[in-house]
Amino acid sequence: MADAKFLKFDTLSLHAGQRPDPATGARAVPIYQSTSYVFDDTDHAASLFNLERPGHIYSRISNPTVAVLEERLAALDGGVGAVCTASGQAALALAIMTLMDAGGHIVASSSIYGGSRNLLAYTLPRFGITTTFVNPRDLDGFRAAIRPETRLLFGEVLGNPGLEVLDIPRLSAIAHDAGLPLMVDATFVTPYLCKPLSVGADLVMHSCTKWLAGHGVAIGGVVIDGGAFDWEASGKFPTLTEPYAGYHGIDFAEEYGPAAFIMRARAEGLRDFGACMSPMNAFQILQGVETLPLRMKGHIHNTRKVLGFLESEAYAENGSVAWVTHPELPDHPDHRLRAQLLPHGAGSIISFGIKGGREAGRRFIEKLALFSHLANVGDAKSLVIHPASTTHAQLDAEALAAAGVGEDMIRLSIGLEDCDDLIDDLRQALRAATKA
Amino acid sequence: MDLTVNGHAVYAHTGGRPFDPVLPVIVLIHGAGMDHTVWSLQSRHLAHHGRSVLAVDLPGHGRSGGAPLPSIEQLADWIVALLDAAGVAKAALAGHSMGALVALETAARHGDRVESLALLGVAETMPVHPDLLAAAALNDPSAIELVIGWGHGPRGHVGGAAAPGLSLLPGGRRLMQRARPGVLGVDLGACNAYVRGGEAAAAVSCPALFLLGGVDRMTPAKSGKALAAKVNGSEVVLLSGIGHMVMTEAPNATTDAFAARFSAR
Repeated sequence: MADAKFLKFDTLSLHAGQRPDPATGARAVPIYQSTSYVFDDTDHAASLFNLERPGHIYSRISNPTVAVLEERLAALDGGVGAVCTASGQAALALAIMTLMDAGGHIVASSSIYGGSRNLLAYTLPRFGITTTFVNPRDLDGFRAAIRPETRLLFGEVLGNPGLEVLDIPRLSAIAHDAGLPLMVDATFVTPYLCKPLSVGADLVMHSCTKWLAGHGVAIGGVVIDGGAFDWEASGKFPTLTEPYAGYHGIDFAEEYGPAAFIMRARAEGLRDFGACMSPMNAFQILQGVETLPLRMKGHIHNTRKVLGFLESEAYAENGSVAWVTHPELPDHPDHRLRAQLLPHGAGSIISFGIKGGREAGRRFIEKLALFSHLANVGDAKSLVIHPASTTHAQLDAEALAAAGVGEDMIRLSIGLEDCDDLIDDLRQALRAATKA
Repeated sequence: MDLTVNGHAVYAHTGGRPFDPVLPVIVLIHGAGMDHTVWSLQSRHLAHHGRSVLAVDLPGHGRSGGAPLPSIEQLADWIVALLDAAGVAKAALAGHSMGALVALETAARHGDRVESLALLGVAETMPVHPDLLAAAALNDPSAIELVIGWGHGPRGHVGGAAAPGLSLLPGGRRLMQRARPGVLGVDLGACNAYVRGGEAAAAVSCPALFLLGGVDRMTPAKSGKALAAKVNGSEVVLLSGIGHMVMTEAPNATTDAFAARFSAR
């Protein structure tokens, strides 16, 4: 029997979730800049509100442009469905609010985006949800931190800013043994480099603002449901397995099976918390997703070239680089795991230490001409930041150390410029910073 | 709704409304390796529009206990046992693929219990390729990939789902992966062995709707039409651009077809 043919990644990046507009034939995804949608009649209206029929009611809950992006991202990651949100932070919050109530507990990697850490460590406790942070390489620590009230394990495919590779297969096994889902933030890798759902994760989230969009013009997030976690067998998730008075007693697991989580996230989470993505942002992010495979190839190519340069600086007798870390380097502690989980590349974030510490770091950043100093990653343009004084500035010394952030650490987000120009810029800034 | 049929616990989703046997009853019968959730975009609407719905999990599927039954004929008799357990004298039956064969055979064997039929993705015979049968028997994941890949039409592969944010192929794949080991193999074996389609069609005396995907690659529309021609007074609705997974690829057209033809109160 002939093998079934499935559309490949590059094709899905361009087409998934979209049919040419039935009204106009428009090939591009139209921007449906409309708050609301006319009902056919009163019965149609009632059916939509009662989840009897699929369709759009109000753009806080769903929007045709946003829906194309949601379906495209779900298809690229192999999920049963997705909900796009106003930001990556909103995606994380939406997932947590869908899974647990006050009293819930999360076990999270200590090496995560500073904003995510803020939410988990400082903000959610005000609502009765607490988090235990564990070094991402300490899998036994994850197991030991699980409590009866734990409802989620969480980490990033590549730690931020330490670039630890999360052992998703083993961590998901620990989660599943405890009847818990594993959610992974895959922002740094995108589905082009890693599909966490295919190696054991149950939920994936991205900040679409980064590599998925690539252009740095739109904020957005997404949470994607893998559809494989058995919420009923777990018995820990009444939001998904018991009647919900907010929708006439609907039981999401009974009604939607594999899509229980994502349906509840939309029906309750977007409806009530309201952190929706705008159709304009969805359109702009879609433009980025269409070229995701091409751009990721370029990011990886340039990253490898820059790594070679920084390593040569680190090994040189009078070099200006103290250390370089990236999972593709043979001396990276997760190098072998990287080869297993990220065979096509380990992202375009490089961390390195500049000789001369904090002051040299400050001078280096100010001398750079092509690299932009700002609080973002994943842009087509190359970016640089000093985490200890910016993204992780809210962490005290102990938390900084736990997150793997040294005072000399520089984080680069390698863009798509000609790599020779990037290396020239790094070289002149390093020389200027360390000479002084 | 939990029932006991032939000594085994059986689950049937009632579309979010309490089951009322006084209302016109519709039994929704899923296909091979699937469960009641394939009808999620139809069952809730029908149940809130004057019908009682039994979107059943066949034996060994979904939330139902017991072992999967190895023949279409046994499944047809089981549907009647289900009706007995639910206190239903007569019901409309809607089935997809294997479920369509079950509905057809039930109408032929137990015509007095069937009000009307809706058959989706159906043909007189459903010979299953030996490679697929073998893979399913071994619980080889490739069996699911073959069903999902061939089961969706080209448009389904691209997407554009009616339900915002849902992705059809991964959704179908996950649904089939939830089936217990061996279930898909038994189901496909039952489809492959069934040869009474033409005979059963000739014996049907109730109204019968054939809802066929125009680009169905598993049960091509021409085969569905040929079967429909053997049912006296049957009606064929051909859905352009739709593959074998009619109720998920064309959920609104399916709901509209059911709503227009199944009586309500």
